Amino acid sequence: MASNLIKPSRREFMKMTGGAALAMPFLSIRASAQTVNLSMLAWYGHAEPDIVGEFEEANNVKFTPKYYTGGDNMLGLIAQSPAGTYDVILSDAEYVQQLNAAGYIEELDPEDYHFDDYYPEFQKFPGHWKDGRLYSVITRFGFLGVAYNTDAFTEQEAGTYGLYWDERLAGKLGHFDWHLPNLGQISLYNGNASPYDIDDVVWEALKEKTMTLRPQVGGFLDYGGTFSSLKNGQMLAIAGIGDWITGTLEKNGAPVRSVIPKEGGLQWTESFSIGKGSKNQEMAKKWIQYITSPEGQAKSADMAAYPALIPSKAGWKVLNENNMAEAKRQNMVLGERNVMDMIREGRIQYRQLPVQQSLETWNDFWTDYKAA
Amino acid sequence: MSKRPSLFSLVLSLPLLIWQLAFFLFPLLFLVAISFWTVRNFQMQPDFNTGNWVRIFTRSAFWDAYLRTFCLAAASAAITSAIAFPASYAISFKLSERARRWLIFVLIIPFFTSYLVRVYSLQVFLSDAGIINALLGKFGIGPFPLLNSTFGTLVGMITLCLPLVILLQLFSLNFVNRDLVEAAHNLRCARFRTVFLVIVPSAKVGLVIAALFAFILSFGDFVSPLYLGGGNPPTLSIMITDITKSGQQWPRAAVVALTMIGTLLTVAFLSIRFAYRERGE
Repeated sequence: MASNLIKPSRREFMKMTGGAALAMPFLSIRASAQTVNLSMLAWYGHAEPDIVGEFEEANNVKFTPKYYTGGDNMLGLIAQSPAGTYDVILSDAEYVQQLNAAGYIEELDPEDYHFDDYYPEFQKFPGHWKDGRLYSVITRFGFLGVAYNTDAFTEQEAGTYGLYWDERLAGKLGHFDWHLPNLGQISLYNGNASPYDIDDVVWEALKEKTMTLRPQVGGFLDYGGTFSSLKNGQMLAIAGIGDWITGTLEKNGAPVRSVIPKEGGLQWTESFSIGKGSKNQEMAKKWIQYITSPEGQAKSADMAAYPALIPSKAGWKVLNENNMAEAKRQNMVLGERNVMDMIREGRIQYRQLPVQQSLETWNDFWTDYKAA
Repeated sequence: MSKRPSLFSLVLSLPLLIWQLAFFLFPLLFLVAISFWTVRNFQMQPDFNTGNWVRIFTRSAFWDAYLRTFCLAAASAAITSAIAFPASYAISFKLSERARRWLIFVLIIPFFTSYLVRVYSLQVFLSDAGIINALLGKFGIGPFPLLNSTFGTLVGMITLCLPLVILLQLFSLNFVNRDLVEAAHNLRCARFRTVFLVIVPSAKVGLVIAALFAFILSFGDFVSPLYLGGGNPPTLSIMITDITKSGQQWPRAAVVALTMIGTLLTVAFLSIRFAYRERGE
């Protein structure tokens, strides 16, 4: 038989190739059945190879990302898709409550996740829990402050939102085109300790102050426009952003930075949930476990699309051991003054939806401001 | 001879009819329908609510953006036509058949590259530290705010429209009866006068349609107002994205879109009527 295999007759050769050909569809069906297709609804970058590559390989998973820009866009995409379309959903903190209220996400078991590794501030993050039940697991966060060109201004000059009104910024101030972070920053500058929870009198004052900034504005920019105008020096400062944009540019050598001014900064937060009706709940859970593990967290901190701070202390440890440069750049070095101190000193407020006005009221004002 | 269309010609026109029904008329009717829908919890719900129309039409920000967009598109059509005409005239009347063919090919080349890529590359020229301001700086002039301004928006719109307008004008000028031009010269009509009294009226239909295309492309353009104008202040196309971004208000965006379509249909109808109107009518 062995000699037959080495030197097969024509009839045997035909038999073997025919058998192999007939078996191929079964082999390929079996192979493809093992690959789990995991759909992810997220901001750009979360399902790119630098983040998911290792997990895909280890678990025979293939991510199918659907990227969105902004929480409203995300809610719209879910609302217009059948239940179970998205296995994992990345959301900004202010939208998790709305996802939950609309019944778009599954309840999670806290025992499944690495909350013990997290700093206490992030173990029971507001909005992610409802009536003691968990719906979303925080995975990264960042601060919004004054993003400026370091060739044009010193760190001290950028240490206040008042820089936006500096005459050197006439026509050189850009807005990241989303009302929430911009109005939140000016609300802080107006001295509102809770920038989004303001009564109508304070809201009127905020509108008035914001309108005085209009002559300074050189442009209302989207994600790509913000990147290019900071990089080519067309804009010397951008309101409404933070290290999530300047960090990527800074790492590539552009003279830009973000600082938290004396009036305080805003905090954005991203968390993962499992989509209601997902057919891959086990694998979705496995993904969230991976990205919130110390190794996954360290990877997430240095994401190619945009860097971020991480809530896991164990993740900080791995980052400090493997990528000290990035830990230093983002002020996440253990054993010295770091970003957690800023949170504990109360210098950072959560970015959130307006509390006493409707989202539409804020949005309408933003439209008027742009057209003014 | 019967004026009834033959079965053959009807069958031949069927693909066009099906295409227009499926991809123009049906979506247009759908757009009209959703302009009356309402949005609750980010979900569109069928309804008959005129509130979207009232809300958009009573906001001064909408009318400001409308006027701005209309003026920008009209300026783009006028400037593009004015820049294009000398080139089209020269290619049609002064060049050999061979040179004309080559230039038509050259004019098609810009369509090989994505408009978005071309606009991004224009930022390199127009920014404060860009090529134009650097050159002007050598003569001690500037820098001028060319980017994130109305000027930047118009540069982008004209870049988009110019090759198409030259081609349309060119095809129209090629059909001008050369005998008429010769007759005008024989009757001692000066060259410049001949252009305006003989050539332009003879090519009127093509010239107007070329300007109309420039207006249509500029009126709905989103890329130049955003990336060269900095969205500052916004045009109607930017307003549509703003409305859909916040609160998923597709029905209100449909109102803006329908107003734009209505404007374009009116402008197109009036332009074509003007183009085909005989002298003295």
